[in-house]
Amino acid sequence: MAADANGLAERVFTLLSAVPDPEIPVISLTDLGIIREVRPGSPAEVVITPTYSGCPASIAIQLSIRQALDAAGLADIQIRTELSPAWTTDWISEAGRQKLLAYGIAPPESAEARLKLKGDAPAICPQCGSARTQEISRYGSTPCKALWRCLDCAEPFDRFKCI
Amino acid sequence: MSQTFTLSPAELALRLGDDALILSHRLCEWCGHAPTLEVDLALSNIGLDLLGQAQFFLNYAGEMENAGRDADALAYHRDEHEFKNCLLTEQPNGDFARSIVRQFFFSAWQQLRFHELAKSGDATMAAIATKALKEIAYHVQFAAEWVVRLGDGTEESKCRVADGISWSWRFVDELFTGEDAALRPAWEARVRATLNEAGLDLPAPVRGITGGREGRHSEYLGHLLAEMQYVQRCHPNAQW
Repeated sequence: MAADANGLAERVFTLLSAVPDPEIPVISLTDLGIIREVRPGSPAEVVITPTYSGCPASIAIQLSIRQALDAAGLADIQIRTELSPAWTTDWISEAGRQKLLAYGIAPPESAEARLKLKGDAPAICPQCGSARTQEISRYGSTPCKALWRCLDCAEPFDRFKCI
Repeated sequence: MSQTFTLSPAELALRLGDDALILSHRLCEWCGHAPTLEVDLALSNIGLDLLGQAQFFLNYAGEMENAGRDADALAYHRDEHEFKNCLLTEQPNGDFARSIVRQFFFSAWQQLRFHELAKSGDATMAAIATKALKEIAYHVQFAAEWVVRLGDGTEESKCRVADGISWSWRFVDELFTGEDAALRPAWEARVRATLNEAGLDLPAPVRGITGGREGRHSEYLGHLLAEMQYVQRCHPNAQW
């Protein structure tokens, strides 16, 4: 039974690691860390958590999970949204951080890095790697990003906010 | 006996949900009208956070009411007197400075209130509050920075932010009724620190205006609801 449950969880996570985030399609839902667990039972549940309370992508995310599960013959798995524990950018996978960087979005610092620095550190420019950067606005194109600019290469860029 | 003990969890969820819903609508009225594109995005994003919080609180309030109403039903199918938001949140936007002061006063209050709520024995309320606090930290910071920028700016911007303070000040008492009265010293300290940085100070005490929590609202709420509920009033329960 336990082996079956592990098998199912592994299967669902593998499946959802191929489902892109609707707003930042370069990373997957598992990279983003919003797929919390697969809870065995009848029916089994996949537990997800929103990034921000009002994230407009929430409905699109549920739809794409549903589609992926249905297509894999897992139509009986239910999707449950749970708020606690609250999502944190620390749940973004290392692979996810690398993908964000390659896409031109400065990834959030890890929890350890934030502990060492008191307050907000400057973002590292994803184009040229410079730390001479400046925040333009704390709110960017989506709730999870802030708008920054690089003082060396002069490019504006998005930065994933640490929450 | 303090008021919180007589306040049912459903009533509390309704109040906090209505606060977030109504202020969210006010912020969305700025969309396309803010002084710069960055501010436009910021106000809309704050509105979006609040809308998400409203949805969580109102769905929970509906669940506890157990009469088949969800967040949408509560938002779109209630009349003015059934809304329990505080009067501060329904005040018209005025100019940018007035909206910023309203946001600062409200977000600073919400931050203190939700810190308490996060310790609540009600797991759902605690989860909503814990999640929201991460967002509110940004709201407070954004609004406080603008209060300083405007207060410490030109004579004109200082005048306008002072006008915003005196407009909103009358509605502050309502935030600290019942057990919430204990939060007032911390709130005043937080607000005073920012106002002082902006070259301003807390205004003299005034007779506060209350009533929102009991469903007695200013004339502004009706106009807001007329717009917010228009489609659902014309086509009840329409979905798309």
